[in-house]
Amino acid sequence: MSALIEAQALVKLYRMGDETVHALDGVNFTIARGEYCAIVGPSGSGKSTLMNIIGGLDTPTSGRITIADNDIGAMSDDDLAVFRNQTIGFVFQSFNLLPRLTALENVELPMIYGGIIPKERRERAAALLARVGLGARMGHKPTQLSGGQQQRVAIARALAGKPSLILADEPTGALDTNTGIEIMALFRELNAEGATIVIVTHDHEVATQTRRTIEMRDGHIVADRVNGQEARHDAHV
Amino acid sequence: MMRTSDLISSAGRALRSNPLRSALTALGVIIGVASVVAMVALGSGAQAQVERSIASLGSNLLIVVPGAQRSGGGVRAQAGGGMGWDTLTIDDAEAIAQLDGVAVVAPSQRARTQVIANGLNWNPQVEGVTPSYLEARDWEIASGRMFDETEERQARRIIVLGATVANELFPNLDPVGQMVRMNGGTFEVIGVLESKGQSGSGADQDDVVLAPLTTVKRRISGRRGRGDSVSQISVKAQSEDVLNTLQQDVETLLRQRHRTREGEDDFTVQNLSSITETAAQTTQVFTYLLGGISAVSLLVGGIGIMNIMLVSVTERTREIGLRKALGARQGDILRQFGLEAVTLSVAGGIIGLILGVAGAWLMTSLFTLPLVISPLNAGLAIAFSGLVGVLFGAYPAWRAAQLDPIEALRRE
Repeated sequence: MSALIEAQALVKLYRMGDETVHALDGVNFTIARGEYCAIVGPSGSGKSTLMNIIGGLDTPTSGRITIADNDIGAMSDDDLAVFRNQTIGFVFQSFNLLPRLTALENVELPMIYGGIIPKERRERAAALLARVGLGARMGHKPTQLSGGQQQRVAIARALAGKPSLILADEPTGALDTNTGIEIMALFRELNAEGATIVIVTHDHEVATQTRRTIEMRDGHIVADRVNGQEARHDAHV
Repeated sequence: MMRTSDLISSAGRALRSNPLRSALTALGVIIGVASVVAMVALGSGAQAQVERSIASLGSNLLIVVPGAQRSGGGVRAQAGGGMGWDTLTIDDAEAIAQLDGVAVVAPSQRARTQVIANGLNWNPQVEGVTPSYLEARDWEIASGRMFDETEERQARRIIVLGATVANELFPNLDPVGQMVRMNGGTFEVIGVLESKGQSGSGADQDDVVLAPLTTVKRRISGRRGRGDSVSQISVKAQSEDVLNTLQQDVETLLRQRHRTREGEDDFTVQNLSSITETAAQTTQVFTYLLGGISAVSLLVGGIGIMNIMLVSVTERTREIGLRKALGARQGDILRQFGLEAVTLSVAGGIIGLILGVAGAWLMTSLFTLPLVISPLNAGLAIAFSGLVGVLFGAYPAWRAAQLDPIEALRRE
């Protein structure tokens, strides 16, 4: 399998008053196409910073990260916007659906910024909603949907731009246990169909349902293991 | 890159989602544009009124009347006779005609008498004039003809009616060829004048009968003994440029002829064009003033748009963050919010234009002024409201475009 994400000596510094915080302090890893992987760690471990950089929302202070051959550190704001639109599918803890739009229109949103013509994107959005099991609720507003259904709409939206990577931030954090299990099952299905998925979470229960766990603490990767097997710390360096 | 149609529908949806707020925001621009349009139309109407009365007097016209100008600036009423009121003569008029820059000179004698015709009677101004009077006053014959110089010298019993007199005496009849009785004699109507409307002072200029000057002096005017005097001499200059020089020349000439010194004049030369021109300039300043004051309310409307757009950007921070995460570029966000502001202001501008025109119509019909609305002014009002939208929408839209998506998504 070819590498989708390659990170080398990744450093991200923040200034907080007089102090400099090392959010990422020399991180190296590789994620291949088709992987289903979790990044775990407590708050302050640097996992959110890493997620923002992988998602093209932030850039590293030093080091190098390429995602699908895009060098994140070398891109302009508009390049990053196009990158997010074409390469990344975001799934958020709080769904982040626009309340004024229907499920169908929410799924269309990234395709609007992709410049896809209305007919094509409506057909694709309808197909994706059918794929996540919401074919009958396309005209519903988010407030008329349950939390699990809203997260399914968000996953359909993440798939709309035919991204190379699905990046999910605590996707089950706002859901009850059973619904969370359903959403994780959906991710597993999507991965089986070939999607590369990275889930960022603090919940080890969630992480063990993926196939690989990268564990972070204080800006470092402290463990990297294939789930259900032995640890393989820094296996990809 | 976002498609234009998506941009428009996105902005429209955002505005419709909070219709009351959008309407109130637009109201500021509506009031601003409506008041600018109404005030400028009102001012232009007043200006057109003044200009119309300039034109109706005749252009490049000096009017010489007997009697001295009062210190207050007005002219003493010439009715009532007495000393010093018969100082102008036909000879004076002939002398003025020899001056440089004179196009035409028309002496006239005013009288008032009852006119009876067709079983009706009317009491118009009767002017004894020479044929050149029409040229001096820029007046045209609407039907029939004017009398010629021979007929004038022969004191023929023929008259030309003003439009008001024609309507009053011959409401359902062509007056040309009809007979009327004046001062005991019978006169034939040979022509009808074109309508001139009201003068600057509001008098009906069409309530007049023109008769040959000699006829009036011999058969109508009571002052037969002073055969040579006239009540007015109209002097038309060849062009506007020589008007002021000619006014001085006429004054000098008449002083020589009347053997008077400056300050003891027994005549007055009125330069009506310059008086009305001043009036026109005054109303124009008035128009600018009204328009300027109204423009301030448009400015306030613009600030209202800016205020609401800033609130909207704050409220929709999370939405903006999400849109950016999903691939909206800075330009997409900038255009979306900019378009919302411009839509508000242009919609307000169009509604304001309609209300302003309605208001102008109401006010001009109230003050009996002509309604003047130029397409240019209307277009400018819309363009200006669009500009207000761009100017006051730019900063909020820029703020929205600059938002950091990470921060924006974190916001609750």
